[in-house]
Amino acid sequence: MAAPRSGQVPVLPVIRATRFVLAHAPDLVVAGSKPRRELSRDGPALRHQVRAHLRAFEAAVVYPPHQVMLGNLAPEALREIPRPWHEHPLLGARPEGPAGGMIDEATFYAWLARADTSNLVLLDESFAERVRGALNGAKVITAGPEALRRAAAGGAEPFYDGADQIAGVVLPGHEDDESLAAPILLENLATKVTGALALRRLLDEVGGDEPVDFLLGCGEEAVGDRYQRGGGNLGKAIGEFAGVRTAGGADIKAFCAAPVHALIMAGALVASGLHRRVVVVGGGSLAKLGMKFRGHLAAGYPILEDVLAGVAIDIVADDGYSPVMPLDAATVHRIGDASAPHQMAAVLTVAPLQARGLRLSDVDRYAVELHNPDITESVGSGDVPTRNYQIIAALAVKAGEITREEMPAFVRDHGLPGFSPTQGHIPSAIPYLPHAIAGLATGALQRVQFVAKGSLFLGRMTAMADGASLLLERNPRCARGKEMN
Amino acid sequence: MVDLKDKLVLALGERDGVPGPALQACAESAGAEVIYVSTQCFV
Repeated sequence: MAAPRSGQVPVLPVIRATRFVLAHAPDLVVAGSKPRRELSRDGPALRHQVRAHLRAFEAAVVYPPHQVMLGNLAPEALREIPRPWHEHPLLGARPEGPAGGMIDEATFYAWLARADTSNLVLLDESFAERVRGALNGAKVITAGPEALRRAAAGGAEPFYDGADQIAGVVLPGHEDDESLAAPILLENLATKVTGALALRRLLDEVGGDEPVDFLLGCGEEAVGDRYQRGGGNLGKAIGEFAGVRTAGGADIKAFCAAPVHALIMAGALVASGLHRRVVVVGGGSLAKLGMKFRGHLAAGYPILEDVLAGVAIDIVADDGYSPVMPLDAATVHRIGDASAPHQMAAVLTVAPLQARGLRLSDVDRYAVELHNPDITESVGSGDVPTRNYQIIAALAVKAGEITREEMPAFVRDHGLPGFSPTQGHIPSAIPYLPHAIAGLATGALQRVQFVAKGSLFLGRMTAMADGASLLLERNPRCARGKEMN
Repeated sequence: MVDLKDKLVLALGERDGVPGPALQACAESAGAEVIYVSTQCFV
């Protein structure tokens, strides 16, 4: 940690790089909250139907929205690909890209076992042998099929390798503690693994010789036992598992808005001089796997919510080329602010721009809730990003910047198609970060605003919603283009 | 057009659409009694 100095001039924070990891886990769809409840009620016929609609890893890799997440395809390119996008795979696409990578289910299970610090994950003996390479010599606990079946019958949470093959189980952390029940521990381990893989990827590719001072967790998981459910600090556990030794950590909790809140706080920590390098990390949401599966079955789609997403975002002091995050253009939705969608959008977009003498049209791109519409529309939830862009366009009409007839063009010119998996906090603006960083470095973009919303009301503690936004601008010292960092 | 005067209303809103409290305000201004209000998030 760098000690703050008296009279120190605040430095300008920049967002240097972002990495995503997508863990393809089709056999965990049945462990998602919605499928788990509905399969329990409707029985084997529905389970069989779900299984028949699961994708192979290869199909998930060539799925166009996933290629956008990996940075191999620009979001705008999705407009030229007919929907539904799974019917138009990008043949030859790879599971690696400048913005991240994908891993298959067996590899992910191996990481689950490696991430277990409490001897609660048991792998099937033959499965462990099959993934020996992915285990990389790590000591794991193995058991035979019959022992695993008995454990599952006694409260352990199984994870499958195909229809009836148990690849392993997670044991309960305590027999009398609901917060340490086996399904919750599997959720939390899945979050830890995906967050750590994203962090490791970031550190392997960017600034590997620069110590990380602090990790801010931004996931929606609740880690803790019965006396402090949701106590948290998974950020620190993610850092440990990723091999970081120099950093402290803490979590930011704000539903889906947490990543943008965390980025603002990370920027402030760097600007103050308290820390030189802060990484915002978040793992995936197992509970959201298969959330819209009914709609996908009805439409004849494969079940599209079959990946867990992790993210790591690197915030450092101005390096002369990464996009800057001016903190006077970062804002949050306050308790006293109105929260209807147009009022929320005005608070998060118009107000911080006006404070800098900017108009809505001065922002090249808005990154909003970037949920993949193929996932949401088939179940009647609509095209979430487009609805958000229409509200921003309406505010531009209200401000006299454009006419009502120009709204569709504004949406197209300043908006993006949705491409993110519905992983809670992950779709909330940040999937565009790698593309924005690249565009702002080359000069293709000058200014991007990231707008996130959080549904606080879901926790029954308030009727309020939440939101936060930040502005990224081309670094004024950026003299030449730079490849995606 | 539905006349909401003296009607009982369940107001089910959505985060990215019209939230529950906004529906409630509209229904009450039209003379309805809102007996349940909720906002959902579908993502």
